[in-house]
Amino acid sequence: MSEQPIRWLKFSSPKHFYFLVERLAPWLTGVGLLALLLGLYVGFILAPEDYQQGNSYRIMFLHVPAAWLSMLIYLLMALYGLIHLVWRVRMADIMARALAPTGMLFCAIALWTGALWGKPTWGAYWVWDARITTQLILLFLYAGYIALHHAIDDRHKAAQAASLLALVGSVNVPIIYFSVQWWNTLHQGASIAPGSSPTMATVMFVALMLMTLACWMYAIVVPLRRAQTLILLSEGRSQWVRDGLLVKQGGDRHA
Amino acid sequence: MKKSHRRLLFVLVLLGATAGAVALVTAALQDNLAFFITPSEILALEELPERNLRIGGVVEEGSVQRIGEGITVAFRVTDGAASVDVQYEGILPDLFREGQGVVAQGRLSAEGTFQANTVLAKHDETYMAPEAAEAMARAKQQVQEAQQGDY
Repeated sequence: MSEQPIRWLKFSSPKHFYFLVERLAPWLTGVGLLALLLGLYVGFILAPEDYQQGNSYRIMFLHVPAAWLSMLIYLLMALYGLIHLVWRVRMADIMARALAPTGMLFCAIALWTGALWGKPTWGAYWVWDARITTQLILLFLYAGYIALHHAIDDRHKAAQAASLLALVGSVNVPIIYFSVQWWNTLHQGASIAPGSSPTMATVMFVALMLMTLACWMYAIVVPLRRAQTLILLSEGRSQWVRDGLLVKQGGDRHA
Repeated sequence: MKKSHRRLLFVLVLLGATAGAVALVTAALQDNLAFFITPSEILALEELPERNLRIGGVVEEGSVQRIGEGITVAFRVTDGAASVDVQYEGILPDLFREGQGVVAQGRLSAEGTFQANTVLAKHDETYMAPEAAEAMARAKQQVQEAQQGDY
């Protein structure tokens, strides 16, 4: 390794990471709650009905952020899997493991809200078109990752196998994203894509962005908190954990 | 070569191989991955398919007719180049209307009429307020009238 360590590298140490999260989480939670309240207000009260779908389009304020995050989180898990496999960074596995349940939750929300929207709009809860089928595969990949991690007793081997699955499964993500361009699908194309202006009214777009911010904050805070728990589980015997918890119990956090 | 570099190479080769395999499979399954085929593709078929299929396109303007007293409806699905007659008995989705995208599932009869057992509305990616849609329709009409005035 290099002579002068870069500052951010120290957060790959569980100890520094733990205390960074302690300080960041309340702020991120606050931002998330604020965005959620604003987003719900703009989405339900300020935004008008859609010219064709009436009110049922409002489900996209949850559906779209959930679908984006389900893909993004899987890519992130694959990246952490790569870091874990190549450089054997233990925090990378902890982060991937902490992200998996949240990614799976958003994936399930995307499928579920999509079904509820599909019935009044298309006339069917479920169709086997390329977008929806590949999104279902993503749900199974999340479930497979979590199951694989639990199925192997040896922690190091479990982490390696699961990282490999995350990495290989990430091939599915671009297929989900581009499926509506590559094949005839019932699912419509993207309303918001890089390089083109959104094909929706501005106030709807603002509501969608606020809800996306709220979902992002959830997808950051909850996995970080989960990672903290995983760190405590694996480092429970080390000195810094004992010191940190003792300081906390004493009520003096600035010591 | 450092150990971590060797592992990185291994992982990248694995990822590349997986992506390649998936690309080949999806390319081979191209026809099966399409949710529907278009009227032009139907007319290009050489023999009548024995199985159910789905056709997708736009409901042709002025083509929707109720047949008899029941819930049977006939319309034409077009992709701009070709169109197919569709008959359907059942309840249409709310979004079904002329000029709207639609996917019909059923069988092609010998006379060339498509007997649908399911009709799904296909939504596009545009979202706007009803007032905005009306304003756009008005503007479009004005442009058309202005053009007609020129001739």
